[in-house]
Amino acid sequence: MGIFDKFADLLEQTKTLSSFGQSPAGLKFEKILSPTEAMLNGKRTILLGTNNYLGMTFDEESVQCAIEALKSEGTGTTGSRVANGSYNGHKALEEDIADFYGMHTAILFSTGYQANLGAISALAGRGDYLLIDADSHASIYDACRLSDAQVIPFRHNDADNLNRKLKRLENEPGSKLIIIESIYSMLGDMVPLQDFVDVKNKHDNTYLLIDEAHSLGVLGDKGRGLCEHVGVEDDIDFITGTFSKSIGTVGGFLVSNHKEMDIVRLASRPYMFTASPPPSVVASARQTLSTVAAATDKRKQLWENATQLYTGLKNAGYELGPTISPIVAIRLQDPEKAIALWNGLLEAGIYTNLALPPATPFGWYLLRSSISAAHTSEQIALAVELCTKIGVELGLITLSNSKKANIELVSVKDETKPAALNGSSEKRPRAKAEPKSAALPKADGSAARA
Amino acid sequence: MTSAPLHNEDDGVSAIVSEIQTQLRTRVSAEIPVEPGTHITRDLGLDSLAIMDFIFDLEDSFDISIPMERIAEVQTVADLAKAISTLRKEAA
Repeated sequence: MGIFDKFADLLEQTKTLSSFGQSPAGLKFEKILSPTEAMLNGKRTILLGTNNYLGMTFDEESVQCAIEALKSEGTGTTGSRVANGSYNGHKALEEDIADFYGMHTAILFSTGYQANLGAISALAGRGDYLLIDADSHASIYDACRLSDAQVIPFRHNDADNLNRKLKRLENEPGSKLIIIESIYSMLGDMVPLQDFVDVKNKHDNTYLLIDEAHSLGVLGDKGRGLCEHVGVEDDIDFITGTFSKSIGTVGGFLVSNHKEMDIVRLASRPYMFTASPPPSVVASARQTLSTVAAATDKRKQLWENATQLYTGLKNAGYELGPTISPIVAIRLQDPEKAIALWNGLLEAGIYTNLALPPATPFGWYLLRSSISAAHTSEQIALAVELCTKIGVELGLITLSNSKKANIELVSVKDETKPAALNGSSEKRPRAKAEPKSAALPKADGSAARA
Repeated sequence: MTSAPLHNEDDGVSAIVSEIQTQLRTRVSAEIPVEPGTHITRDLGLDSLAIMDFIFDLEDSFDISIPMERIAEVQTVADLAKAISTLRKEAA
């Protein structure tokens, strides 16, 4: 037995995936052209799976701030803040985050993954209980492994199931920490947040942590996320988030109104034993975060774009996630056809994510897209058209269940494809037939369900 | 000779095994046997999500919560029945 023998099944799965065309984990973009386009295998490709919700990765001011920080403070901090001290930027960014949320304390982490790992593993200790949604992100599951608390998963988005589990713990002295996500990353479905807040408020010594990774900048009048949108910010104990999606760089945070929270730094191994974010990253995060509250037009555009893609694919006959959101996932049962659709789209110049079980709910194969405010209506229309065309060819959808009249597109001719793909994303002409209403969810987070 | 308390305890576990078998029968193909020695993750053709769903149903049936670290120790149907029996006693 060798040390790599245990990976035989994984290796086989990777080979099978690659035998159908490109390897999802092995793609190499030769050049990033804009927030929505890159060169892949020599072809101009629309990026429809990069979580770049507000399209801020090339924002001129953020890039300039990063360059200045790079020049004045260097390429990296070369150590942890506990061992090597903080830079001005670390402290300033933490103050920015706390101000943005109107909360007492923020703690900066080097990635969003580490924010969950560091926050959850430190907050819930021996004798405590972690109650986590069954569909939680890997960072939450990994945090549970690092924590000494007992871990009790509850049914996905099921506040009644959580309530029963909290009732069973009523006589236990340990603290209970509930972990939920605002928008779940695979299907784009949202937590019924008010229900969870109500359950939390029924139980003593019970705290609620929500991961707003996919909703920062995306939901709420000021872009603070689902808690702002639903109007329950005062009921939330802890928020975690990331700078790697709408903020367009990397890094994560924990923010809270609990005044004792600073001490978590010294109990959180993922905070203490890793290098702090480099000055350039901190500078661009600060600059971009400062624009989020006022980015109302971008949010409106993002939701219009999400609505266009969701309704386009729905009308084509695809099975999607339950809610219109900036994550749009096509649910497929047949792995070979899922892989073929993903490859077909790549060859046609559309990059999406292929998500496979066990990372996906119910063993579905998901073709996952994430929308950006920077996508043009033409780019999304082309994506819908190509998904429809390839889906029909693969027998995933039929023309009879595809409501052709509702797909407002020009036909895909070979000469129009490069034209659409070559169009600069700097200019954003809108299609006349785009949906007018942004499909924001209702206050309980459950609306816009198909 | 089996003492009375042990006999009662066995009866409790047997009843739990029966309930587990009943619930598993609705989830696995008819040709797959479900016995006390059946290995839950290896023998039943269920993926991790299906197993989680099955555990949620068992929790409601027995009005207990099964922490993840207890699940990690379980391999067979009999192991699971013993874990549930222990959790019920702890909750009582």
